[in-house]
Amino acid sequence: MRRENIQLDAQGRLRHFLTIEGLKRQTLVDILDTAESFASVGNQSVKKVPLLRGKTIVNLFFEASTRTRTTFELAAKRLSADVLNISISTSSTAKGESLLDMLHNLEAMHCDMFVVRHGASGAAHLIARHVAPHISVINGGDGSHAHPTQAMLDMFTIRRHKGEFGALRVAIVGDIMHSRVARSQIHALTTLGVPEVRVVAPRTLIPADVEQMGVHVFHDLAAGIEGADVVIMLRLQRERMQGALLPSEHEYFQCYGLSEDKLALAKPDAIVMHPGPINRGVEIDSSVADGPQSVILEQVTHGIAVRMAVMSMALGRSPGAEADEPRREGA
Amino acid sequence: MRISILNARLIDPAAGIDAPNDLHIAAGRIVAVGPAPEGFTAERSLDARGRWVLPGLVDLRARLREPGLEHKGTIASETRAAAAGGITTLCCPPDTQPVIDTPAVVELIRQRAEAAGCTRVLTLGALSAGLAGEQLAEMHELKRAGVVGVSNALAPMTNTLVMRRALEYAASHDLTVFLHAEDAWLRNAGCAHEGALSTRLGLPGIPEAAETVAVARELILIEQTGVRAHFGPLSTARAVQLLARAQYDGRPISADVTAHHLHLSEMDIGYFNTDCHVRPPLRTQRDRDGLRAGLAEGTVAAICSDHQPHDADAKLAPFAESEPGLSALETLLPLSLRLAEDGALALIDVIAHLTVRPARILGIDAGTLAPGAAADICIVDPEARWEVGPDTLLSHGHNTPFMGWELKGRVTHTIFEGRIVHELKT
Repeated sequence: MRRENIQLDAQGRLRHFLTIEGLKRQTLVDILDTAESFASVGNQSVKKVPLLRGKTIVNLFFEASTRTRTTFELAAKRLSADVLNISISTSSTAKGESLLDMLHNLEAMHCDMFVVRHGASGAAHLIARHVAPHISVINGGDGSHAHPTQAMLDMFTIRRHKGEFGALRVAIVGDIMHSRVARSQIHALTTLGVPEVRVVAPRTLIPADVEQMGVHVFHDLAAGIEGADVVIMLRLQRERMQGALLPSEHEYFQCYGLSEDKLALAKPDAIVMHPGPINRGVEIDSSVADGPQSVILEQVTHGIAVRMAVMSMALGRSPGAEADEPRREGA
Repeated sequence: MRISILNARLIDPAAGIDAPNDLHIAAGRIVAVGPAPEGFTAERSLDARGRWVLPGLVDLRARLREPGLEHKGTIASETRAAAAGGITTLCCPPDTQPVIDTPAVVELIRQRAEAAGCTRVLTLGALSAGLAGEQLAEMHELKRAGVVGVSNALAPMTNTLVMRRALEYAASHDLTVFLHAEDAWLRNAGCAHEGALSTRLGLPGIPEAAETVAVARELILIEQTGVRAHFGPLSTARAVQLLARAQYDGRPISADVTAHHLHLSEMDIGYFNTDCHVRPPLRTQRDRDGLRAGLAEGTVAAICSDHQPHDADAKLAPFAESEPGLSALETLLPLSLRLAEDGALALIDVIAHLTVRPARILGIDAGTLAPGAAADICIVDPEARWEVGPDTLLSHGHNTPFMGWELKGRVTHTIFEGRIVHELKT
């Protein structure tokens, strides 16, 4: 049975970044620290470091995305890599063979990294298992399974505001069932030592046995966010109304939408996060999304530094490693 | 051919025999157990010292992929694999392409199986025309053509009225109905057991209720129509309990499980191992134990392979998009023997679950070593260890989560109607 963690190389270093699950706390801290060192690059007049010069990174997006793809692209360019964006409609690669055929074609063009977004859970693992050994795979979101770079940028944002993870109460509100973001956040928060992670949603949007991931389940928003240091709101897809999961957006907002009076139940210095794009008036009120406790736009900014960190680490070129490792293409 | 099998341990659960003895075959039949009959001269003598001689195995469900999906397997290739697994009778569900809803398809499969000559191939006819769940299939015609029962295979009978009438009509023609218990609505787009693993991996789940709701509905309709029914493969402990109660009430109901559901659980999916994508899904360890208990208590009568060979591409996809099913003919016996090794079941019961009990469900006279019976025999080296690998499997399908496992117990000879159809090269 394939149980080994294919994300790590023989030395335990990050080779692919597919899921937070199974990674050590120190690996996550290394990602955050590396991201911290990149965070200032965006403020410089020359927004580039030469770490990945000569490397080719392919953004392979089987599912539409603007923000995630753009921040991956910016991150790669700020690391001086060459970037290729490929958007594929899933219908043209409905069969696994053509998906893998396409990968082998790209491999033949000597690419170094694939950033993959795909609508099916497990797609990134499948690709990582079949790529040539020199290629790294970064999961840019696969089905309802994982979105590990999003989770890490959320952790980065939380650490900037709260410092330590060891005493936090974090509430994740919304469609946990279908959310790859929530799954990766839960793994990241529990791995980093957050003592209390709560998920808040009606039973129709809570997946079976989710408690086994180390979270507490709430069906009432007020109870769920009471005393929280961090409130993470998830995007609600409109198609959830069709599957008899919810009656209407209106009723959802009544019960689970974050308004100012609901937010007052959290700690006074609580921060409000959202992976975007926001449905104003569905899961979150505009006054909260644009309010003083919202860090939603910061999350987007941090996404670039975090993705720079993950990409450089997976290609063995993190700023720390660089010092002891002579680089072929002189800086 | 006249064959004598000497010095073997004969295990024949139908007669309650487990003892050292000789066995003699002539003209396709077993002619004697013990001393050879007067004037019998064997053309071939097999010294089976240290081996077990069993009735040829009877597999309730194996897809041969022909007609329709010959790139995955053919009647010739898969019956050859069945012989290597010690199987001398297998039953093919009606979801071929075209569907077995006309006598012509029954005849085609029979002819090709006879031409291959490795194993007896029985067929189930369709319960509804085209398996569409809307109109009744011509069950009487199918019965005359030789089907041993009717089934809608994996296709749902969503309309309860059609289901009721199909059961009534099958009962009128004294046909056993083979039911795959799965509520299509609750299954939805699911591909793995709804539980801790599907939640972690973000895979759409199939709840336990998808099976239990269907079993409960079918049980009520069976009670009302008086039809003889068989459920399989079961995947949940709760479904076994529901059946136990119905059997206690005297309903003519039987059930089977697969060998893989007796050994694996949802956790074996690990990180998206598509070889563990099966239908019904692998469930919890508690379910696995419940299925084993069902066998031990007699609620579940048979262990089947549920063989579904695939081409390599069928599994090279994200989990939910990969095709379900595993190649299982050649692992059926050693995986079942493992239950005796583990102490979960007595050896003679394991053999019964693979021979006489499934034969009774199919209403055929097979699965016994009694003199006069067809000479369908499986000779096993119980100590032989072998690794499941692409070189050791004869099936076209190499899609098995047991790939790389070392299994104990290997078929050395398979005799079908008095002919040696498989002999392990040493």
